[in-house]
Amino acid sequence: MPDETRIPATHDIGGLARFRCTPVEHDEAPPDAFGKRVDALRQVLAQKKLMTVDELRRGIESIPEEEYFALGYYERWLRSIAALMVEKGHVDAEALK
Amino acid sequence: MSGAARFTPGARVRVRDDWPERRGPCHIRTPHYIRGRTGTVVRPLGAFANPEDLAFARPAPARTLYHVLFEQGPIWHEGRPGDTVMVEVFEHWLEPAEGGA
Amino acid sequence: MAAPPRPESLALLDRLVAALEAKGIVTEAEIAERQANTDKASPETGARMVARAWTDPAYRALLLSDGAAAAEAMGVSMAGAPPLGVLENTPTRHHLVVCTLCSCYPRAVLGYPPGWYKSFAYRARAVREPRAVLAEWGLMLPDSVEVRVVDSTADYRWMVLPMRPAGTEGWDEARLASIVTRDALVGVAVPKAG
Repeated sequence: MPDETRIPATHDIGGLARFRCTPVEHDEAPPDAFGKRVDALRQVLAQKKLMTVDELRRGIESIPEEEYFALGYYERWLRSIAALMVEKGHVDAEALK
Repeated sequence: MSGAARFTPGARVRVRDDWPERRGPCHIRTPHYIRGRTGTVVRPLGAFANPEDLAFARPAPARTLYHVLFEQGPIWHEGRPGDTVMVEVFEHWLEPAEGGA
Repeated sequence: MAAPPRPESLALLDRLVAALEAKGIVTEAEIAERQANTDKASPETGARMVARAWTDPAYRALLLSDGAAAAEAMGVSMAGAPPLGVLENTPTRHHLVVCTLCSCYPRAVLGYPPGWYKSFAYRARAVREPRAVLAEWGLMLPDSVEVRVVDSTADYRWMVLPMRPAGTEGWDEARLASIVTRDALVGVAVPKAG
């Protein structure tokens, strides 16, 4: 009985049936160099009051569903940070192409 | 909106059955699976700037945040009776629950 | 394992940093300094806090009432970090921490979250079938224990205070800390004496 008024947002995946049979892999690796750099960049921008973690999340949550699940963790962060910096006028969209 | 917490430990509360993500761009921290569910306040956690506003760089009034405890069974219709899930929920998502357990 | 970033993502990061540098907004040195700082955080901090709580009742009380103050007492700066809450396991209650919405994690005392904590499978499953997830990882909890999943959805970050295992009587803090794993601090494992 689908109820289109009660469909969770893409990122709101607690209990989602599609992962029911997916084992939790023992992926212990720390972030790679790319991930650490994105992570550090976000912190620097937050320290400078140019973005909040809430804005980061809003940007991640607005990534279309198929990309949300296809991109890596820090690739989603980067998408959001880049979009925020353009939205706020800190960088030109052209400079990122 | 800041100031005294409206709910005290032990209070029965119902999470609003609201789905703003279906109405347009938004950012909320209330997971889907507790909407409309009744739980018990464990304790107030303090007041924090509302992330729903911070996410859009709007002025963000402080709102009281609570740890609220829910039984797993009614949510998922599975699992061992007595297992629970505890979630941080902002006051504006909560209303007093009629009746008790 | 996580796939490596695609080339277009590497290129986007380079262009973004270059554009921010050109505008005088960030420098490579600032990014490197932040990264070096972040790299220093590790689960050893959380483990030391647990070991002290096991041996010092006053510290245990502080840890449970104000995790950030307890971290500061171990020499960790919590400036700018979210508040830290600590949840105590008992013979009848076991806590398991997850963030279903993103990946909230007590980084100040545990370091970077591991890949599995951020995975879709863990985020989706831990909250719904915690016993199945724990069993897959080798932790079978008896029915007499309540599993309390903690969905880290908002401004706090949560760490578990596991129970001190039998067979560790007389151990000093350093030896106790050596058996407190990152997994035990999230709740997907429990410490064992050896």
